[in-house]
Amino acid sequence: MIQTFPKGGIHPAEDKFAAGIPIRVLPLPKTVNIPVSQHIGAPSEPLVAKGDKVKTGQLIAKSNGFVSTNIHSSVTGTVTKVDKMMDSSGYKRMAISIDAEEDQWEEGIDTSKTLNRKISATGDEIIRKILDAGIVGLGGATFPSHIKLSVPRGKKAEVLIINGVECEPCLTSDHRLMLEKGEELMVGIQLLMKALNVKRALIGIENNKPDAIRHLSSLASDYEGTEVKTLQIKYPQGAEKQLVKALIKREVPSGKLPIDVGTVVHNIGTAFAVYEAVQKNKPLIERVITVTGKKIESPSNFMVRIGTLVSDLVEAAGGLPDDTGKIINGGPMMGKALKTADVPVTKGTSGILIVPSDESRRKPVLNCVRCAKCVSICPMGLEPYLLQAATEFKKWDLVENERALDCMECGSCSYICPSGRPLLDYIRLGKSTVSKIIRSRKQ
Amino acid sequence: MDKLITVSPSPHAYGDDSVKRLMYGVVYALVPAFIISLYFFGIGALIVTAISIVSCMAFEYLIQKYLMNARPSITDGSALVTGLLLAFNLPTNLPWWIIIIGALVAIGVGKMSFGGLGTNPFNPALVGRVFLFISFPAQMTSWPEPVVSRLQYTDAATGATPLGVVKEGLNAGVPMSQLLEQIPGYMELFIGHMHGCLGEISALALIAGGIYMLAKKIITWHIPVSIFLSVFVFTGILWLINPYDNAGPLFHLVTGGLVLGAVYMATDYVTSPMVPKGMWIYGIGIGVITVAIRVWGAYPEGVSFAILIMNAFVPLINKYVKPERFGEEVKNG
Ligand code: SF4
Ligand code: SF4
Repeated sequence: MIQTFPKGGIHPAEDKFAAGIPIRVLPLPKTVNIPVSQHIGAPSEPLVAKGDKVKTGQLIAKSNGFVSTNIHSSVTGTVTKVDKMMDSSGYKRMAISIDAEEDQWEEGIDTSKTLNRKISATGDEIIRKILDAGIVGLGGATFPSHIKLSVPRGKKAEVLIINGVECEPCLTSDHRLMLEKGEELMVGIQLLMKALNVKRALIGIENNKPDAIRHLSSLASDYEGTEVKTLQIKYPQGAEKQLVKALIKREVPSGKLPIDVGTVVHNIGTAFAVYEAVQKNKPLIERVITVTGKKIESPSNFMVRIGTLVSDLVEAAGGLPDDTGKIINGGPMMGKALKTADVPVTKGTSGILIVPSDESRRKPVLNCVRCAKCVSICPMGLEPYLLQAATEFKKWDLVENERALDCMECGSCSYICPSGRPLLDYIRLGKSTVSKIIRSRKQ
Repeated sequence: MDKLITVSPSPHAYGDDSVKRLMYGVVYALVPAFIISLYFFGIGALIVTAISIVSCMAFEYLIQKYLMNARPSITDGSALVTGLLLAFNLPTNLPWWIIIIGALVAIGVGKMSFGGLGTNPFNPALVGRVFLFISFPAQMTSWPEPVVSRLQYTDAATGATPLGVVKEGLNAGVPMSQLLEQIPGYMELFIGHMHGCLGEISALALIAGGIYMLAKKIITWHIPVSIFLSVFVFTGILWLINPYDNAGPLFHLVTGGLVLGAVYMATDYVTSPMVPKGMWIYGIGIGVITVAIRVWGAYPEGVSFAILIMNAFVPLINKYVKPERFGEEVKNG
């Protein structure tokens, strides 16, 4: 049976040009810039200084608080700079620059391709390893994964949900990973199940990836409690709350987390990273990234070292087209437009999308005609037109009472509006203002 | 890097819906009903429609350009739709100058005085129509003979609408069964062979256009269905109680401006509610008020009044009827 979430949703053009292209290992870059803040939470604390020699996989910045994580060198070479550098946010932030040489791996890392199915680590050891390896949510949220696995007292996980939806148009990195690293993924999922102490795992995959569904289903039959679920194609199905609703029919209450309804969601890419960390002792220093776009010469999926510059990546896919209007870190719906291609990819980068200039401009903005389309497609059941107007007129009480904070910034409302209204731009402003007001109220 | 690139917040992709596409969709949906009208009313249908459209668009342009000092937006198609719908609500023998007055009221008072598209609380075409109805009751309630008056405009022979025949007859104490003999059969009523306003006669063509609009996602089904259902149920109850003095539910559905009103006028984006539950309240309100006017009111027809009255409640409905929120109550299991 094909499942989906019931409320709202849209069908943007999929444009998954690189779906049939196998993952290629990107040649080692000359330099990497590794930001110390690639995750949600406190920036990690650098452990190296200019002139230090580092090995591939060596810890170079350590977790700095509960919500934080470790960062490892993705290359072997010499640290040339530990300073503020521009990253994908468009701001200058602390990063470690390393000139790369021939790879020399840190002691104890298994770089062989042999599959290691035997799980010997205990649940706690698995969680420890995940923190040590610096694993964060690779779907783009970049929330440190070990925290999601440490279930708070009084709550209980019953089922693990694995997000193989990849509902974001254009991106294909998760799709390729499922096709090419299926065995490893399965082991990674068993590790996550063990860490959470659950007996059941559901892998949600959208119907536009029938090959991945077939492949993982056949592998899953060897693992008890692990099951692949086919989902209808609908954006934003990969959003945590929507996926939970689609798969186990439970609605995560406003302001709560999936664990409050007995589940934890992890991305496919995260499951692979967990396999590598626990079974191979390999920290998170590389990931699969899609480089694509209508005018890109050869849309590709690359295995990329963290810290590689976007420009190097685009070069490997045929270079930046003459007709480039936007460079996006991520997909067209939730990705972030970059100011320049000279910024590094991070743990959260799932794709680089090059948009031609005629598609980079927005539509002219007209009056709201109250067509109610934004209301009917909002997956959170909000009224975007109203939140927009309330924000514009600074009616912050209204913005708060109309539950702006429930908005997950999926962009569906701006996408659908026939009047080209910048709904999400305003809603973001409304959200941040209301958050500030709530915080000051608490003080 | 020397290329100039755009940096804007997400999303970076947009759907291909536009106000223009939606408005022209309504226009296409009205074409079958217009063709049927041409068949029954001939030249009058053509003249009234042309005058109404041209004057609505002209007034919109002039008011925006010279009174509001705004960039005219007549290409968005909304003035075209208003013109077309106003014409559909007029008899085909209406003198040209009355049509122009109606267009001025529809666009000037109904739409622009509130600030233009998206801001008006009442359906502009209906504001125009009701103004004319009150100001020129004689001209607004004489309807040309279908088919035979094809080549005549204001000089056409006229008669009463089926609703008018029934109202008069029932008031005079004639039983319903006798009245039914004076009006065309159901099949003919459904196709549109009767006296009536330009575009309201053919339920068949109007429903066909409505299905097109549903398929193109221009409207949703909630408003038309709630209006049809409430009219059907309400008149059905009255008919079951007293079949001698009441017309049956089917009669009420296929006569007068009900289909035109339910599918094209009540669904006007600007003046209808935003969430399905609100649309139901609004639709049921329109249905009930329409029947009340038709059965107990002074006029044989009440769709326009009913829609305008419910238009007035829309801000209230929007304020209190909220969409079903995600994660509002814990619905687990
Ligand atoms: S961006 Fe927010 S308001 Fe807009 S559709 Fe998504 S959740 Fe709803
Ligand atoms: S989609 Fe756009 S025009 Fe339609 S109601 Fe929402 S904001 Fe208004």
